[in-house]
Amino acid sequence: MEIINVAETIVGIVLILFGILAIHTKELIHSVIYLSLMSMLAVLSFVFMRAPDVAITEAVIGSGLVTAIFVFTLLSTKRQVKE
Amino acid sequence: MKKIAVLLLMMILGYFLFTNLYSTSVGNLNFPKYGEVNLKNRVSDKYIKKDVKGTEKETIYGQKGMESGAANVVTSIVVDYRSFDTLGEVTVLFISALGVSLVMGVSNKKKRFTIPSNFILKQGARIIYSIILVTGVYMFIHGHLTPGGGFPGGSMIASSFLLMYIAEEDFKVKFEYLKITEGIAGSAYVLIGLLGMLMGGYFLINILPNGSVGALLSAGIIPIVYTFIGLKVGAELTGIIGNFLSEEVEK
Repeated sequence: MEIINVAETIVGIVLILFGILAIHTKELIHSVIYLSLMSMLAVLSFVFMRAPDVAITEAVIGSGLVTAIFVFTLLSTKRQVKE
Repeated sequence: MKKIAVLLLMMILGYFLFTNLYSTSVGNLNFPKYGEVNLKNRVSDKYIKKDVKGTEKETIYGQKGMESGAANVVTSIVVDYRSFDTLGEVTVLFISALGVSLVMGVSNKKKRFTIPSNFILKQGARIIYSIILVTGVYMFIHGHLTPGGGFPGGSMIASSFLLMYIAEEDFKVKFEYLKITEGIAGSAYVLIGLLGMLMGGYFLINILPNGSVGALLSAGIIPIVYTFIGLKVGAELTGIIGNFLSEEVEK
């Protein structure tokens, strides 16, 4: 197995782990951060798959703008505890 | 109990996916292994060689008289062969920006963060802002030569404005100018298409000469169209961020 294959496999497994964490965390802000990390790893895997166009778009939108918009939405909402 | 059921379902689905993707039996219509596909049987081979007329030749740097003169294959498909699809994508983005501004409302008051920004953050953000802005402009001007293009370039411009929004307390964009830029860029794209219809007979046909592969002024209308797309996407996404960060309108 070549080095690039090993790196691809590791990135893929960590990506799936971050995806599961993003679903299962209690705090919403942690979920957003895990989603952002997942996008960063998706950028790496797109580069491994030789798709630089998609990688650039994912880097800007997935880990930049979408995270920011989620955080702003969370800032303008209030926590409500169910009785 | 629920989680175990979900896990079982996922395993069954994964088994089917993997057996379909990676089976090696002869004569089936499955996907070939990654990196081992025979491109000679696919349409994409014709696109990579920049010719759909049937002549099989490799494209070399500086060659002239190509069917589509963009050095980046993805761009030649997205903005030349499938330009009508891109017009639809731009329209989708326009409608979503319209929806956001309809729901959030546009007010000139900016939302305040609880922690004020300090001197180093402000000055650093000003320097990085200009670098990101220039990179975004570079990306959509060179869309036909390097990876990237109008959509990533425009989003990069929007992310530079996002940085300024976060770092500076008094920074705000003028929504009127954004709307004007967006409108002019969007109508110019349609006008280029109509011009192609008048001169070439088809909507959005490449009417300008292609030039030599790899030069900045090559590939006909692709750089012009990508500049308009970049401006439009940048203005729309900046408007969305501005809407999210402005105070809600009292009803």
